[in-house]
Amino acid sequence: MIAVTVSTSSAVLVGAVFLACAVEMVEALTIVLAVGHTRGWRSAFEGSALAILALGALVAVFGPALVHVPLNTLRLVVGGVLLIFGMQWLRKAILRSAGLKAKHDEDEAYAKAVAELSNAGPGVNRDRIAFVMAFKGVFLEGLEVVITVLTLGTSAHRLGLAASVAAVALVLVGAIGIGVSRQLSSVPENAMKMGVGVMLVSFGTFWTGEGLRVRWPGSDAFLLLFVALYLLVVWALVGLLRREAPTPNEVRA
Amino acid sequence: MNRFNALVRRGVVGFGRFWWDFLVGDTPELFLAVVATIVVVSLISVAAHASAVAVVVLPVMVITALVISVRRATRP
Repeated sequence: MIAVTVSTSSAVLVGAVFLACAVEMVEALTIVLAVGHTRGWRSAFEGSALAILALGALVAVFGPALVHVPLNTLRLVVGGVLLIFGMQWLRKAILRSAGLKAKHDEDEAYAKAVAELSNAGPGVNRDRIAFVMAFKGVFLEGLEVVITVLTLGTSAHRLGLAASVAAVALVLVGAIGIGVSRQLSSVPENAMKMGVGVMLVSFGTFWTGEGLRVRWPGSDAFLLLFVALYLLVVWALVGLLRREAPTPNEVRA
Repeated sequence: MNRFNALVRRGVVGFGRFWWDFLVGDTPELFLAVVATIVVVSLISVAAHASAVAVVVLPVMVITALVISVRRATRP
């Protein structure tokens, strides 16, 4: 029973962290590639490297500190944050799947970043602009990864596993992304976002309950029921909204 | 010293703004729904010791919040 429980929660944890990191990495990589292709790779790499160092410092400071927070309080706070964060992701993914919100297009994001960088024009600030853009892109997307890893990892007492999975996801997506370069738009980002949203809301529900002394039948295995339940709700909502969807001309960006 | 204070103030404001955008942003209804869920479930589970009821109420409140938020976004 213990082995089944550990593997269930670990599998969901690994899946959630991996997908969340992959999605954020795709978005960050789009910006870095745009900076590199437009302004040169030196500033792109320097900005990215500083952002990764800053994110590493955040993990080093807040990771050990979170371990000292009483477990029930930690799970309640983390559960609440994951519920809000997960529902925000799910809401966006549902609206995009139903055609009520334009999908996040990496080609469009790439073109927008390139246009922004090209319009800045050459000058004394040229490298600074590229550096800041790469730093901001990696840091802001990476911050979501850090929050996901810290909250999921510390609450499950598997910070090491969460951090390792995140590192694997970042290296894997980074290597593939650099390989395919400008074809990041082919990544099924919305489906991944929906999967992450379902898992974050499942963990959020589970840990909010644990923090409030709710006894889940079957302990950690109850997580799987939440995953199935929320998938069903998302599927029903997308189906319902698709039937009510406006014509393509009315779709909001 | 003044520059240091201004820097600290900027840092605190930036930190607060990040968390406000992160947790509230353009979906305040989700933030409020989660706060309401925590209050209701704590009353049921901690105060009334009715854990079995909380097992049902918690996911139902989460699903209701999600449906309301999605409905709010699709309102003309």
